Amino acid sequence: MDTLPVASGDAAEPLTPAQLRELYSLMVAVRHLDTSAIAWQRQGIIPGYAPELGQEAAQVGSGYAVDTTRDFVFPTYREMGVARTIGVDMVAYMSTHKATWHGGLYDPLESRLAPIQAVVAGSVLHAVGWAHGQTLDGKDGVAMTYFGDGASSQGDVHEALNFAAVMKAPVVFFVQNNGWAISVPTERQVAGGSVAARAAGYGIPALRIDGDDVVAVVEATRRAFAHARAGNGPVLIEAMTYRRGPHSTSDDPGRYRSLDEERDGAGVDPLERFRQRLLADGVADEAFFAEALAAAKAEEEQIRTGIQALGSRPGTEMFDLVFQETTPALQAQAANWREESEHV
Amino acid sequence: MSNSILEGESAVHPTLAAGAPESTAAATTAVMSMQQALNRALDEVLADNPKAVIFGEDCGRLGGVFRITDGLQAKHGEQRVFDTPLAESGILGMSVGLAMAGFHPIPEVQFDGFAYPAINQIVCQIARMNYRSRGTMPMPITLRVPSFGGIRAPEHHGESLEALFAHVPGLKVVSPSNPNEAYHLLKYAATRPDPVIFMEPKSRYWQKGDVNLADGGSPTGAKVMREGRHLTLVAWGAMVARCLQVAELAAEDGIDIEVLDLRWLKPIDAEALAASVRKTRRAVVVHEAPLTSGLGAEVAQLITQSCFDTLRAPVERVTGFDVPYPSGDLEDEYIPNIDRILFGIQRVLEYKRG
Ligand SMILES: Cc1ncc(C[n+]2csc(CCOP(=O)(O)OP(=O)(O)O)c2C)c(N)n1
Repeated sequence: MDTLPVASGDAAEPLTPAQLRELYSLMVAVRHLDTSAIAWQRQGIIPGYAPELGQEAAQVGSGYAVDTTRDFVFPTYREMGVARTIGVDMVAYMSTHKATWHGGLYDPLESRLAPIQAVVAGSVLHAVGWAHGQTLDGKDGVAMTYFGDGASSQGDVHEALNFAAVMKAPVVFFVQNNGWAISVPTERQVAGGSVAARAAGYGIPALRIDGDDVVAVVEATRRAFAHARAGNGPVLIEAMTYRRGPHSTSDDPGRYRSLDEERDGAGVDPLERFRQRLLADGVADEAFFAEALAAAKAEEEQIRTGIQALGSRPGTEMFDLVFQETTPALQAQAANWREESEHV
Repeated sequence: MSNSILEGESAVHPTLAAGAPESTAAATTAVMSMQQALNRALDEVLADNPKAVIFGEDCGRLGGVFRITDGLQAKHGEQRVFDTPLAESGILGMSVGLAMAGFHPIPEVQFDGFAYPAINQIVCQIARMNYRSRGTMPMPITLRVPSFGGIRAPEHHGESLEALFAHVPGLKVVSPSNPNEAYHLLKYAATRPDPVIFMEPKSRYWQKGDVNLADGGSPTGAKVMREGRHLTLVAWGAMVARCLQVAELAAEDGIDIEVLDLRWLKPIDAEALAASVRKTRRAVVVHEAPLTSGLGAEVAQLITQSCFDTLRAPVERVTGFDVPYPSGDLEDEYIPNIDRILFGIQRVLEYKRG
């Protein structure tokens, strides 16, 4: 499905060989970090993690269209690949999975990534508000909000689509339809089978794309950004992909699907697929792939060392960060806490 | 201790009689975890009441993320136990309609923090429909909420919403503290004609204990879990086990503590509170929720009202702080620990009239 008018400008320009190689390097870095994070959880380095195996093309491709000098991204809890692509500090990002601080330790304003969010669809309306602020300020930033096929069931998503359309807010609604919401398959979650199809009812142009084809994702997202940036209002992209493996490190997918079903549903590995394409087009060779993997491994090691070195936050922050202006009751509780915990 | 708190309802609701244990002659006791006890209770509720239906996110095939509904869909069918789309307002709103149609909905909210998107339906609809319809549209809804913290979970996966729920007219609130309580309180709650918020302490799901399947005693009111003479610790849910630990430790110093499991957070068993504190003359309320406007204030006031003359010290509270529920690394600082409870006890024991 493609109801987005053809866009002009840089959105239409084809990706250069250097950009294609960069996309591959990003995908390898994300894949390696993602699988490592699951291992960290098994090793007790982090208490939990939400894997994104198989969603690398959707995440890297969409994140690649973001201009961090003016745009803003509103993630949920599974957008590590987007975070990595737009250059967020990954130790600070992973700290949320280490249970150090809800939302992570990165600076949202500087990195252009809102705090990690556990409430599904929790940030979708925020994106609309931020985007409308751009309109009010006469700026050209675009908000991109991420949510899943499951989250599309939330009332907030429908309110956000309506608000954005009515206000012509520059928002890209990026849906990763990964086939599952924990144990519930898309057909039991999304009536009509397509989130993109719903956009028509709100007068919003939509694209339903192959979310496992990183180039297709970059192109679609760039078109959507160009459309929104030009003042034409929101766009919805539904990237069709597949969540391989468990929903989270505490999930057991064997209870709701078989390995055969997983293999059939997942299709070709997006990373392998892109690699074959780069090889066939002569854009990259084995030496490049090996180099990209080595870089990914080095990076993962650095991040792991970083989060292992990360201590707990001082308990005082629990009290200090509740308000800009604290209250007497909270100060009393903090003093009491300090006294009792020091005494012990 | 009062047995009459919820009295009168059994007359309105025929399924209670069917579900109630007949006699205590041959007590059958089994060791099980709270997860198993809850699962068994739901299984029996479904078997006893053809109008009972269970639904929510992932509670069908997966059996819920905590496996509380494990195997129930396979056994009772997809009409009785089913997955809904991922929308809490939808789940609770749908419960209203099902109740109007004569069903007994037993919805699940996957984690406490995700009750918030449904608050509108819970407060404005479920809690008021009986009143609004002048009693013609009762809302026999048992909302199961995995509650409280202690498992180093992500944000919104550990919250203490009891004061919020208890404050809403038209809702009843209960929380079990061990497998035996879980089994009997859920069976009872799920046969009530009024909406009951059933707060399951998720940090206790895997703790095992004896369940007396034949006789649970009275399912209403509070329950003394440990007798003592010097001070009453009032707690509910996960904090009961911690208070029992504290009582053991204090006993080594010759302090004899009574532990009262409040169980029903609404209606609160004021008579049981009074009876215990009249005996011990001192009380400390322990809860995980933030201090300000927490349920501890309500409990303290009820005690003050009935025991003002006998109290040896003001009622103390040991609670969470007025901060958003923190990340795993700071959770132990937030949840009342043994030391903080002991400090609370000390403050009461050493209180001198000024
Ligand atoms: C409001 C809310 N309800 C319930 C949950 C628990 N939960 C976490 S993820 C999830 C499934 C989400 O599915 P989807 O939106 O498709 O995203 P995916 O996890 O597949 O990326 C559920 C039910 C939640 N986080 N937020």
